[in-house]
Amino acid sequence: MSYFFQLLISGIVVGSVYALAALGFVLIYKASRVINFAHGHFIAIGAFTAYALAVGLGLSVWIAAAFALVFTAVVGYFTERVFLKPLVGQPIISVIMVTIGLASVFGGLIHLTPYGSGNFSLPGFLPEGGVSFAGISVSYPQLLAVVFTAVFLAAFGWFFQRSTVGIAMRAVADDQMASMSLGVSVEKVFALAWAAAGVTAAAAGLIVGAISGLNLEGLVGIGLKVFPVVILGGLDSIPGAVVGGIIIGLLENLAAGYLDAYIPGGGTGDVFPFLVLLLVLWFKPHGLFGTEEIERV
Amino acid sequence: MAQLSVENVTLSFGGINALNGVDVVVEPGELVSVIGPNGAGKTSLLNCISGFYHPTHGRITFEGHDLTHASPHTITGYGVARAFQNIELFGGVSVLENLMLARHTYLKYSIGAASVFYGSARRVEVENRRVVEDVIDFMELEPYRKALVGNLPYGVRKRVEVARALSLEPKLLLLDEPMAGMTLEEKEDMVRFILDILAERGTTVILIEHDLGVVMDISDRVYVLDFGMVIATGKPEDVAENPAVIEAYVGGAG
Ligand SMILES: Nc1ncnc2c1ncn2[C@@H]1O[C@H](COP(=O)(O)OP(=O)(O)OP(=O)(O)O)[C@@H](O)[C@H]1O
Ligand SMILES: [Mg+2]
Repeated sequence: MSYFFQLLISGIVVGSVYALAALGFVLIYKASRVINFAHGHFIAIGAFTAYALAVGLGLSVWIAAAFALVFTAVVGYFTERVFLKPLVGQPIISVIMVTIGLASVFGGLIHLTPYGSGNFSLPGFLPEGGVSFAGISVSYPQLLAVVFTAVFLAAFGWFFQRSTVGIAMRAVADDQMASMSLGVSVEKVFALAWAAAGVTAAAAGLIVGAISGLNLEGLVGIGLKVFPVVILGGLDSIPGAVVGGIIIGLLENLAAGYLDAYIPGGGTGDVFPFLVLLLVLWFKPHGLFGTEEIERV
Repeated sequence: MAQLSVENVTLSFGGINALNGVDVVVEPGELVSVIGPNGAGKTSLLNCISGFYHPTHGRITFEGHDLTHASPHTITGYGVARAFQNIELFGGVSVLENLMLARHTYLKYSIGAASVFYGSARRVEVENRRVVEDVIDFMELEPYRKALVGNLPYGVRKRVEVARALSLEPKLLLLDEPMAGMTLEEKEDMVRFILDILAERGTTVILIEHDLGVVMDISDRVYVLDFGMVIATGKPEDVAENPAVIEAYVGGAG
């Protein structure tokens, strides 16, 4: 039984990273219907910015982390302004090609820094050790990762509900024409959605840095994990991103923990979530929480 | 000086002129109607005024502001609001929330950083609420205020669309076929609302409407569009007798 709980806990920890990563992806999709293939690179930019400041410049890890959040937001903002704004109204496939192109550009740029290959670990971010209860142990980094994610999501949800910027974002996601006629600058909202996505991506990168090591492939890989998460939760649903993230994290860990032993070569953790995904889509083609498209007449 | 002036506006879509050298002048407090057959360019004209389209040639000014290349949110800020021909409401929330969204997105949004969090700006919020409740009262939407907009009958949604535009407290209100598809009774209500908007609020109204009976009854002046051109303009009774207008309607119907 304690084995099960152990898997459950690591599943939730990994799942909260996925949830954070997916949140940013959904924000962009919800506001502007853009599918961002460079999301994993935002996660990497956030994580390595913090690492560079903490290790390279010797700043306090917390200051480095705060700076990384802001810096990635700025990168997100200008990415939209420079590369995506000219494409408003263009076919979705062109926009997707641009985000794929951005992913390789960001990848190339990161390779120019010392962080393109190898493993790195953020120093002394979170306290060592952990708590043990009934044979189940949770490390402090794991615990804090989950708490941090929960606090971050709550703050974000509050902002989205209560601030005028959040209200404008939701209005644009709901009906762009109406929002424009009510005085919302859609351009501004798109750029802010990208900035917000940058913040959440950096937060995800920081948590990965706290609970495991940093390497470019792994971080970019999280950007790809976002796809099953958001398809499961619903491409345009923020609660869906959170629930989907946790579910995929749990499935991965439980499958790896129980099924790998029976499958030669293992790797069920990577496959099992997709099997469940297919099943869910069979019954709910728009994901668990996604809006069903209503044809306009 | 005219409140709104559209000067020699042409709007082309890849060789097709949706508007062709259109001139329109509107004085404060007027009810000006725009009529014409389907595809004549009526909605395109409103789209140019509200910044959703930008004229290929010509100039549009409103109270001294140049609207020609301005974006929709800027133009809303100048005091121009519109109701869409195809209803564009936030379907998942209530009537009240639709109207409040108009206040929050427009007013608070433009005031900017000083009051990003509306929870802290009580006074403004009380004022917003008052404006919206007035509009609900005015448009007789009391029975529906908490109802989800997506579930309301078509005629009521058309009314909510107008109410939301009114919540912006505009100086110029653009109404694109606000009575289309309504029952006779609903139409009569809408006519009454439009007349009240003019009389009690002093708002200038540009109305696009296919029901010529209504148009001739309530308009101060009428513009007739056909194939993107103004083929007649003047008082309703003059326009009704204009041979070019009769030709456009008879020809358009054939
Ligand atoms: N975005 C667009 N792209 C291409 N053509 C357009 C566009 N918008 C309008 N048009 C064309 O411009 C012309 C005028 O259209 P518009 O919608 O202004 O007509 P309307 O007078 O409002 O008609 P209706 O009474 O049917 O609403 C039509 O031929 C239409 O096809
Ligand atoms: Mg029209």
